[in-house]
Amino acid sequence: MAEKKSKPLFNYHIRKRIKNGVKYVLMILLAVFFMFPVVFMLISSIKQDEFQVISDMSTLRAFVPIGDLGLQNYKDVFQSLSFSHQFFNSVFIMIMTVLFGLLINSMIAYALARLRFKGKNTLLSVIIALIIIPFEAVAVPLLIIVNKLPWFGGATTWLDTYHVQIFPFIADAFSIFLFYQFFINIPKDLEEAALIDGSSLFGIYWKIVIPLSKPIIATVAILQSLNAWNRFMWPLMVTRGEEVRPLTVGIQSFFGQSPRLWGDLMAFASMITVPVLIVFLLFQKWFVQSVASTGIKG
Amino acid sequence: MAGNKSTLNLTTYRRKESRLAWLFSTPAIILLIVFLIIPFVWAIWMSFTNMRLIPNPNVPTKFIGLENYIRLLTDDVFHKGLLNNFYFVAVVVPIQTSFALGLAMLINQELKGMNLFRTIYFSPVVTSMTVVSIVWTLLYNPDEGLINAFLQAISFGKLGPYSWLTNTKLVFPAIMLMSIWQGVGFQMVIFLAGLQEIPISLYEAAEVDGANGWQKFINITIPQLRNTLIFVIISTTILAFRLFDQVKVMTNGGPSNASMTTMLYAIETGWGRLKIGYASAVTVVFFLIVLLVSIAQRVLTTEKGAKKNG
Repeated sequence: MAEKKSKPLFNYHIRKRIKNGVKYVLMILLAVFFMFPVVFMLISSIKQDEFQVISDMSTLRAFVPIGDLGLQNYKDVFQSLSFSHQFFNSVFIMIMTVLFGLLINSMIAYALARLRFKGKNTLLSVIIALIIIPFEAVAVPLLIIVNKLPWFGGATTWLDTYHVQIFPFIADAFSIFLFYQFFINIPKDLEEAALIDGSSLFGIYWKIVIPLSKPIIATVAILQSLNAWNRFMWPLMVTRGEEVRPLTVGIQSFFGQSPRLWGDLMAFASMITVPVLIVFLLFQKWFVQSVASTGIKG
Repeated sequence: MAGNKSTLNLTTYRRKESRLAWLFSTPAIILLIVFLIIPFVWAIWMSFTNMRLIPNPNVPTKFIGLENYIRLLTDDVFHKGLLNNFYFVAVVVPIQTSFALGLAMLINQELKGMNLFRTIYFSPVVTSMTVVSIVWTLLYNPDEGLINAFLQAISFGKLGPYSWLTNTKLVFPAIMLMSIWQGVGFQMVIFLAGLQEIPISLYEAAEVDGANGWQKFINITIPQLRNTLIFVIISTTILAFRLFDQVKVMTNGGPSNASMTTMLYAIETGWGRLKIGYASAVTVVFFLIVLLVSIAQRVLTTEKGAKKNG
């Protein structure tokens, strides 16, 4: 670019304009590529005529809200598929997993980062090694274990419960690692001052370290919420009825019925997607930061 | 920390500190042992047995040595699954990595509205794979599907229509395309973070030396992104071996196992056909592959990454 400066300024500006124009065209084409399935889903979901959904599909009409429009598909999903119940299940499981996860993972990470105790280094290496084990590697044997676990009130199995979908995902080696990395980089001055003022060690964790840790709490919360909301394999294995089933398994089971009602399916799909998209749009800076922080790993 | 504070009794303080540390660590340790370490060790043990999910009184569970592993050597469905995972790695990892890097470089520029584009490119990442699979099944509709219509339009009717999900040759590429669409935004953001850490002075110096865009990319961007690149390649590879949601929802491994994957096979065998012992052997092979890939990452990353900072 340096040599271009010697050419007339006018020429330089025109070249730059053309270059930017090309970039915008490229970026808009890419935006179309990334948006078209979602737009297609939303538009199809308000087309009440099942045949129209199919016949519009081979033309650009698939992206235009025309024809018999309305919320009938949404009503169907609410009425015949106990959507609200499964929605509650998904939200409840997600909130429980994330809340307990934040508490328990940050606690052990604080101990590892700040407190002195025997076996600390071994514990830290074990936790880091555990990051490698993907959940998929333990899903099958875990199924046998939860099949036979007792619970309060005399239950002898964990199958078809909420807790079987929550407990395995609370403690997470990678979340512990993220918290640990954050805690060791907090300056110690504040904690030392509080210690001199007579704060208890627990008080330091709760009143000083946690309030300072909002960025990492947001990061872990976002990553864990997305995982929980989208989790599919494990709930598929451990739930059989609609009672405790989350949305992902619910829509898959509806998808498996024939004939496939595409209008209803698109309404169902939209209702799983739109809440997350809204939360994402509101907190997108945090989302992007969370994902970026996973890259530091290793 | 408090070693020199004369007002504190050091021994009591240390004992308190250690007690609190274990109190803080125990909940996570117990959960990790019960839900990760025990099942993991148990998977290895069970892979040497003929255990079933619901015990069959006529066939008591017993130790059968390497029998499961020997059977895996001649199990065509397992081989198909494994091959598909490698196929996925060979195609998706290079395409998705370069696509993500291209996107990251594109949105790393100071142009108006860039925030909007970044949001749009990233949005598939927050969409659940189950939903994506269902929507794309409709897009891949064999007769009137949007993707067939698009191909026919741009080829003036010469291409298609194809039966994407029922054709043994097309089903896996179709799933790959969809997976790239859903996942590339994640890597894009990781690359973007890497790009923003490269000192601008490096590029300025290169410009003074008269380097063109391509030379700057090869001599500055790529070497500076080395560790990020390794991370993205390795994590995409591991994701490729974990492939499950898409194939379960869209094809259940069909037609005639053309879209079978290792993980789908493990779950179908263990949960579907209740053969826990055999499924555990599949799981152990899966884990060994993931382990090898992860070790490769650590070796590659520490080597030259350290040199760069030194």
